[in-house]
Amino acid sequence: MAYDKFTKLTSTAVPLPIENIDTDQIIPARFLKATERKGFGDNLFRDWRYNQDNTQKEDFVLNNPKFKGKILVGGRNFGSGSSREHAAWAIYDYGFRCVISSFFADIFRGNCLNIGVLPVQVSPVFLQKILDAIEADPDAAFEVNLEDQKVTILATGEHESFEINEYKKGNMTNGFDDIDYLLHIKDKIEVFAKSTPL
Amino acid sequence: MSAKKTLFDKVWDSHVVHQIENGPDVLFIDRHMVHEVTSPVAFLGLKSRGIRVLHPEKTFATADHNTPTINQHLPVEDPLSANQLKMLEENATEHGISYWGLGHEKNGIVHVVGPEYGITLPGATIVCGDSHTSTHGAFGAIAFGIGTSEVEMVLATQCIMQPKPKSMRINITGELQFGVSPKDVALFIISQLTTSGATGYFVEYAGDVFTNMTMEGRMTVCNLSIEMGARGGMIAPDDTTFHYIKGREFTPKDEAWNTAMNYWQTLYTDEGAAFDKELTFDGSQIEPMITYGTNPGMGMGISNDIPNADAVQGASATFKKSLKYMKFDEGDSMIGKPIDFVFLGSCTNGRIEDFRAFASIVKGKKKAENVTAWLVPGSHQVEAAIKKEGILAILTEAGFELREPGCSACLAMNDDKVPAGKLAVSTSNRNFEGRQGPGSRTLLASPLVAAAAAVTGKVTDPRVLMKSVSA
Repeated sequence: MAYDKFTKLTSTAVPLPIENIDTDQIIPARFLKATERKGFGDNLFRDWRYNQDNTQKEDFVLNNPKFKGKILVGGRNFGSGSSREHAAWAIYDYGFRCVISSFFADIFRGNCLNIGVLPVQVSPVFLQKILDAIEADPDAAFEVNLEDQKVTILATGEHESFEINEYKKGNMTNGFDDIDYLLHIKDKIEVFAKSTPL
Repeated sequence: MSAKKTLFDKVWDSHVVHQIENGPDVLFIDRHMVHEVTSPVAFLGLKSRGIRVLHPEKTFATADHNTPTINQHLPVEDPLSANQLKMLEENATEHGISYWGLGHEKNGIVHVVGPEYGITLPGATIVCGDSHTSTHGAFGAIAFGIGTSEVEMVLATQCIMQPKPKSMRINITGELQFGVSPKDVALFIISQLTTSGATGYFVEYAGDVFTNMTMEGRMTVCNLSIEMGARGGMIAPDDTTFHYIKGREFTPKDEAWNTAMNYWQTLYTDEGAAFDKELTFDGSQIEPMITYGTNPGMGMGISNDIPNADAVQGASATFKKSLKYMKFDEGDSMIGKPIDFVFLGSCTNGRIEDFRAFASIVKGKKKAENVTAWLVPGSHQVEAAIKKEGILAILTEAGFELREPGCSACLAMNDDKVPAGKLAVSTSNRNFEGRQGPGSRTLLASPLVAAAAAVTGKVTDPRVLMKSVSA
């Protein structure tokens, strides 16, 4: 399914500088029972965000009105664990369009790219600069420019480039998805299928 | 002479349908396993595009993640779970996909039933919307977990787009000590590499330890590949593999078997083929393992003490947060810690060999009073073997009950939830915060360690109990 185009995003950011944030934290398994893709944002970081009696945990960053924006900044090895795309859906549904970290788990990164959330991998040093900028001013804005593959701390002008393969970049900037592409080469796939032994 | 290739290269390269410049490869998928949790939105996607499953004969559906493990003959009580199961049945029926739902004789955990029925074969490409799809790599297949967008992609086109990962070989040499099982080997590797040490890589496991390992053991090791970040792990097929798959329902027969064998016997890494990374460990140095933290990389030999945060490179804050959640302190010994729950099962350790190991410890003993034990076979076939081999009688005599197949307390989607604050020794694959229920605390371990905990009520080195039996 085609999704929103992503070219450039300018936004404040929400800091979550914890390492190894796994997809069970992003959305616990008990909230994976839906059969449609909606409402997952309500349970984003459910057990970090709410007490067991469903009251808010005041010390969690998503419950702090000082921090908001379309960019989530996470610690190293973000999105490890389960392949549940629901984790990426929850992040999207909550309102984030970009996750910045110094390292992503493979499946999570792929899931994000497939639904229109941009995973931006920066160096540990630049990640710390971003976190410092948010700490100094929660209203600090950042620019994530996909066309130039560059993320900029607008207050200081400091920037770093990030990698994304040309094909995926084209998909995101145009709002295309992989299935559109694959259906386009379906004849080639079917010729291949006839030649496989299994 | 052609270039020297790794096992992974041979299987990958033979499945590339199309290469995109500066982009991913288009890979043909031989087997697609589908379950109730990660597939409904994919089927909705097909519907909105107005297309059908391209190769239903290469697609297999089973219900496992969100199913009860008692009273499976009765209607599922939770309406959301019941609806998810109904959707899978409807989608499978509409698209002509083999469907092994609740109560079906072939029902079970997707990564247990695939191999049992010969769906899993050497040299195949296998995907499923579940990260532990890496299990099937034990047969020399390229098998990995995918997201729901990719499930839709495979349903629609029988292909997936993937950049080719880097290659890593992990050699474990020598012989395992008494009481050390495949789960310990895997937890040991993850403790050495950390949960991100193999991210971006596809792993081949090699060396005497794997050559001498049973298929069940190989499945346990490959299953846990994802826990060090690897997309998958694989082991070259050999006589152990061929013996396991021969004669299973979906395994090629007669002439087709001979043709397949000719191909399968070429599936090994050529002498001198290059890996992007290669690691070697001495298998004789591995102890029974246990985890103490909130990711599978936080594991150690069961007789060790929890390390100090300062010794953890660059991650001491996260390490301390993890210990705080677990209510443990740096320097604590794990041995002797009282436990509340034991879970034997999951796609990691829910096979017959795991139940044999568990039974070997509890035989002639009694379940500890303070322990609630959930023993959940990975499939009906495992359940039947437990009964046939007399294991059920041993378990019952020791005060244990056997539940019905499913993922159960591994991810706690159903009612099998460990209560907040309670400590569980679990043979599953993840000890993340709240993985087995909100606030639950999980120690990952082998079936032997789980059994020792179940009869003593605390973390116990199983070798102590094994020696007392053999003495």
